[in-house]
Formats: sequence, structure tokens, C-alpha cells
Amino acid sequence: MSSEQIAQVVDAKGLSCPMPIVKTAQAVKGLASGQLLEVLATDPGSTKDFAAWAKSTGNELVEQTVEGGVYRFVLRKK
Amino acid sequence: MTAVAETTETPVPTVAPEPAPEAEGEAKPRDILIICYSGELEKTWAAMILATTGAAMGAKVRVFLTFWGLQTFVKDEVRITGDNTMQKMMSFMQRPGISHRKLSKMNFLGMGPWMMRKLAKQYNVASPKELLEIAQAMGVEFMPCQMTMDMFGLTKENMIDGLGEPVGAATVISLLQGGDAPLFI
Repeated sequence: MSSEQIAQVVDAKGLSCPMPIVKTAQAVKGLASGQLLEVLATDPGSTKDFAAWAKSTGNELVEQTVEGGVYRFVLRKK
Repeated sequence: MTAVAETTETPVPTVAPEPAPEAEGEAKPRDILIICYSGELEKTWAAMILATTGAAMGAKVRVFLTFWGLQTFVKDEVRITGDNTMQKMMSFMQRPGISHRKLSKMNFLGMGPWMMRKLAKQYNVASPKELLEIAQAMGVEFMPCQMTMDMFGLTKENMIDGLGEPVGAATVISLLQGGDAPLFI
């Protein structure tokens, strides 16, 4: 999983709702199907929000970790 | 004589057809219709947050702009609108434009909105104007209310760029009947 190439990183650290999700949606648009997007956020609400976003849009939430207050999401474009 | 015995051959549709089962995680999201009725800062903010998020989540989002909600979408630099004295007085009493919204409570002659904007900056919360620009870039459709345009004497030139053609309540009802998820803000 981690051996796969991350195609793009979105740094949404410090941003409040709804910007992490908005920036993610905008970035995903530019990717090809199957490519991975990494998102970094500090908004604690993003844990639930990214799961909801993935469910609604059909993109896959591949990985979700938190380290030192930074939430990291890896998403695969459907 | 009756068709009762033939049910095996031609099933009579006595029950409404089952709604299409949700494909796992890929159900097509319902369109969202935000009826933007209020002109206060906090409600404008909520409408813009939900509009951008809806678009980000893959939904088609339309925003119907009516009554005080339409005043928000007059260009910021336009000060007085309308043809007759009463319309002009209305715009004078409450300045139109998304950057000139007041709070419904604790406005304190602009002190409240100023504090809200300062806090928003401090906590990196996008302003209503920023969110509006993002919403437009993401394809959110804004539909001004023709009746409100007439009543306040607003012209197409008064309004921000990128709004759709003015429509009436029938368009709103038709979208709701079509299954749009409604939000009255």
C-alpha cells in the first residue's frame, strides 16, 4: 500500500471546515482513476468528514493515520 | 373473465416498484437545493459552507436567491440600488453585497461582524466571499428570484457575475418535486 506512488499531496493543515474537503475535491478532479492523493489536515472534524466524503463520492479511503495532531488521509480516485 | 388467474404470466404492478438498491458507497447523491432567503452574515456563511461542501461531495447544488438572500449577491461596490425612493431607501438602510452582511444578533453597529471576521481569519475559516467564489468555480448554480429583483428594483448589472437567469417559485417547487434535498436558510 505504502509502496504505491502518491500522485499529489494536499496540505490542508490549519484550515477549517469546509476547506480540507473542498481542496481535496478540487485536487481529485485533476487525477486519473486509480491514482492516490494524500491529504494532511489538522481539523479534528476531518476524521469523520473524510470517511463521509469517500462514502458519498465513491473514492476509496485507503489509509488514515494521525501523528502529532496532523491527520493524514490517503485516497484513491475511483 | 378477469385477469386474476393470469398473474403468473403478466404480473400486475400492485405495489410501487422497489427503489433502486444502494450500490455500496456509490449511490448517486441527491441534488441539493439551497433556498437562500436570509441576508444575515451568519446565515450567508452557513449557506456558502453547505453549497461548497455539497459540490465537493459530488452533488449538484443549486442556490435560489430570494428576498434578503438576493441582496447578498449584489456587487460589493454597488451602494444604492432601485429606481424609486423607497427602493433606494431600502438599500441605503441595509447595504447590499456579501462583504456587508450584518449579524442577526450582537451586531452592535458592525462591531459583531468585525469580530467574527477577525476570529475567522485567526482560525483560518474561509470568508463568505471566498466560499462564494469557490462555489462558483465548482459549478454551483445560483438562481436569482425574478420577483425579488423587481420588488427591490435590482438590475442584472447590479448583481455579481456568473448568476443564472432569474426564475420564479415554480422552478423551486419543480426541483423539490423532482427530489432535490431542500435547505431553507
